[in-house]
Amino acid sequence: MSELFKRSFQLFKLTIRRDRIRASIWIFALAFFTLIIPGSFQNLYPDQQDRDAMAVTMENPAMVAMVGEGDLDNYTIGAMSAHQMVLITAVFVGIMSILLFVRHTRTDEEEGRVELIRALPVGRLATLHATTMYVVFVNVVLAVLVAIGLMVQPIESLGIEGALLYGATLGGTGICFTAVTALFTQLSDSSRGATGWSIGLLLFFYVLRAIGDIGSEALSLFSPLGWTTKTMIFTENHWWPIFLMLAFSFVVLLLAYRLNAKRDLEAGLFPSKPGKARASNNLLSPFGLAFRLQRTAFISWAVGMLLLGISYGSVLGDLDSFFQGNEMVEKILVQEEGYSIAEQFISIIMTVMGMIATIPALISMNKLYGEEKKSRLELLYAKPVSRKTMMGSYLLVAVINAFVSVILAGIGLWAAGSTVMDDPVSFGTMIGASLAYIPAMFVMIGLSALLIGLKPNVVSLTWVYLVYSFIIVYMGNLFQLDEWFSNVTPFGHVSQLPVDEFEVVPFFGLIGVAIVLVVAGLTFYSKRDIQG
Amino acid sequence: MEKVVDIKRVTKKFGDFKALDEVDFSVRKGEVFGFIGPNGAGKSTTIRILLGILKATEGQATIFGKDVWNDSMEIHRQIAYVPGDVNLWPNLTGGEVIDLFAKLRGGRQTKRREELLERYKLDPTKKCRTYSKGNRQKVALVSALLSEADLYIFDEPTSGLDPLMEQTFQEDVRNLRQEGKSVLLSSHILSEVEKLCDRVGIIRDGTIIEQGSLEELRHLTRHHVLLETTSSLDGLRDVEGVHDVNQDGNTYRFQVNAEQMDQVIKFASQYPIQKFESAPPTLEDLFMRHYEGTDEVVE
Ligand SMILES: Nc1ncnc2c1ncn2[C@@H]1O[C@H](COP(=O)(O)OP(=O)(O)OP(=O)(O)O)[C@@H](O)[C@H]1O
Ligand SMILES: [Mg+2]
Repeated sequence: MSELFKRSFQLFKLTIRRDRIRASIWIFALAFFTLIIPGSFQNLYPDQQDRDAMAVTMENPAMVAMVGEGDLDNYTIGAMSAHQMVLITAVFVGIMSILLFVRHTRTDEEEGRVELIRALPVGRLATLHATTMYVVFVNVVLAVLVAIGLMVQPIESLGIEGALLYGATLGGTGICFTAVTALFTQLSDSSRGATGWSIGLLLFFYVLRAIGDIGSEALSLFSPLGWTTKTMIFTENHWWPIFLMLAFSFVVLLLAYRLNAKRDLEAGLFPSKPGKARASNNLLSPFGLAFRLQRTAFISWAVGMLLLGISYGSVLGDLDSFFQGNEMVEKILVQEEGYSIAEQFISIIMTVMGMIATIPALISMNKLYGEEKKSRLELLYAKPVSRKTMMGSYLLVAVINAFVSVILAGIGLWAAGSTVMDDPVSFGTMIGASLAYIPAMFVMIGLSALLIGLKPNVVSLTWVYLVYSFIIVYMGNLFQLDEWFSNVTPFGHVSQLPVDEFEVVPFFGLIGVAIVLVVAGLTFYSKRDIQG
Repeated sequence: MEKVVDIKRVTKKFGDFKALDEVDFSVRKGEVFGFIGPNGAGKSTTIRILLGILKATEGQATIFGKDVWNDSMEIHRQIAYVPGDVNLWPNLTGGEVIDLFAKLRGGRQTKRREELLERYKLDPTKKCRTYSKGNRQKVALVSALLSEADLYIFDEPTSGLDPLMEQTFQEDVRNLRQEGKSVLLSSHILSEVEKLCDRVGIIRDGTIIEQGSLEELRHLTRHHVLLETTSSLDGLRDVEGVHDVNQDGNTYRFQVNAEQMDQVIKFASQYPIQKFESAPPTLEDLFMRHYEGTDEVVE
């Protein structure tokens, strides 16, 4: 038995060394965003009265769908911070765990590094085990930092037990997704597959919890992200969800280890079937190739975005009935004359969906550099294929992805919404609200193109920028942030239809910026060395 | 002779590191040119510059008289390339990749596809992820050989092939030569270069240190000579062109510059010689000298 794990610890240390900067950035960013919240709430809602008013708006099913359940009768600074932030932070902790895990297992395997290591006297399970230890370690460090950081804040409602539980909740969720990823890295036979499946499951768990929290309580109990919101940090302090998380992780990890010991290197358990001897005509061009390589991801994201739209749309009906006759709420939320709560909610949801729809678009564009790093472009560029054609093909796939994702999200929202709402929003309005995000998405794609042309090794900054945009827009609703913060993201300039007026200048302004970025990207890309 | 590839004082820097330092050589029409040198000498870098994938920091390189960077599209219609490390898309089959490459090149689609697949024993229905290194290389080779190009650039094309496939490949290169095609072949397998190439260029630390036909290169290096006599050979060391004399009783081993062999024979003929053996330098001797980086290269 111990043979299988031989040298895991050395590999674990090596992994930490290789990743010390990457992991530190993740840990500090996540801890920082958690720790600044209570102080900011203290400033924004100094009196219990303000907080109770906030608690009332949080009873809104749309909010419940987004941030989960909280102890609204006891809405102290601590309870409020935990309620509004723990789920969204936990989602990011989950994404961190997935990305770090795949990077050290499947990606290493694809690049032949695992093969080198397996040739040394290390156990068959050593890589998997070392990576598991490493990602768990990162989560534990994050949990401890968060716990200590909350304890030392001079805010009364931040108790010691709650602080520990907050850290444990974030770490525990991270460990759950570590285990989930460990399993998918065995089942799928590529790093992209493993990442896609894991993030897909994370989104599924999020939606499952949302549906559960709104009505069918039991569903939330089947989602690790449901457990995340059941801890009731800083009020009742439930620890049972943490134990549930650890038990879940243990079982899933055990399964992953068993599968890993069985499968071959570079294979997945989903078997590969024999393929075609001849290429079909639509593969035979740079665009055809770019599209074909991303076909599975494209379809999965399209389906995912539609489902996301449907799941948000399905709560639109409850919104109206919920607010009927509740004068207090109407006073607080209805600032925009002439628009229903549902319409305001649609504006906010479209922002979130617009940014999520940017993910597949950015993945497609950034793949151009991924191909280069894997030295797959060399053979193509030895043919009469120009740099502009190649980059143009990836741009086109990214743009198609952007359109399809955001429109399907809008259609899903409209379709589900119109079956449950008494006074549904028209199809045209909804498509308009979706399309309003296209220019901002183009800017993100253009930025990626520019970086690929100019300084491709930092192209992952596009993700940092998207996360920044998300946080600013998400938090912008909670705090009165300075305009400046949202002015530097393209999403800050989008007209939030149907509540905002459609503004022509920012719409075409963003398109203009995107065009400039793309042209610059194409120019620089045509001039630089290709690495392989 | 018409020059198909012409590289003039090409320098390539990666940051501060000079990977190529005024590289200068040419490949003539209809010849097989061997490009050899130790690991990291700059062979692949030179080839990538020729392909317009890397941009030369200084100097000029042309193929068919066209600039490799500015006119790469036109050039690429007439060349075929096989890298040493072939990276393909894991979820496409070998057959799909071969069709894709043929279409992208835009050249005539020949009916030799099946024949070549058969010849290289390649199963086109397998996903690239399941191919071994040698099989991935075969995909690129088959695709290159299908292409009816005028210039073939091979960067260590046989590094993953088994000996049988290596022979097949060598036959195909000979056929290309007979058809009047030009070939630039970078390789570490000296016997292969010796068998196939008309001319050879040797690169070390980013500089071409020798260039010429094998005959010419041999001429530049020393023959190994063994002499056995009954008396001692006084004054052998002073004969012009004699180096590294090793004496064991009355047996002498030494090296002679090719041009000065004449003097040595004249000198030795004054003595009662029992045995005279002279071996021309193998390509290997020639390389070893350069690979080891000694200064013994004859000026
Ligand atoms: N993109 C790059 N950045 C920095 N240095 C590079 C880069 N590409 C190559 N080099 C360096 O340039 C030198 C020449 O490399 P090159 O790949 O041309 O060697 P080679 O002769 O093909 O060697 P081998 O026989 O091992 O294939 C090496 O020292 C290599 O490390
Ligand atoms: Mg090389």
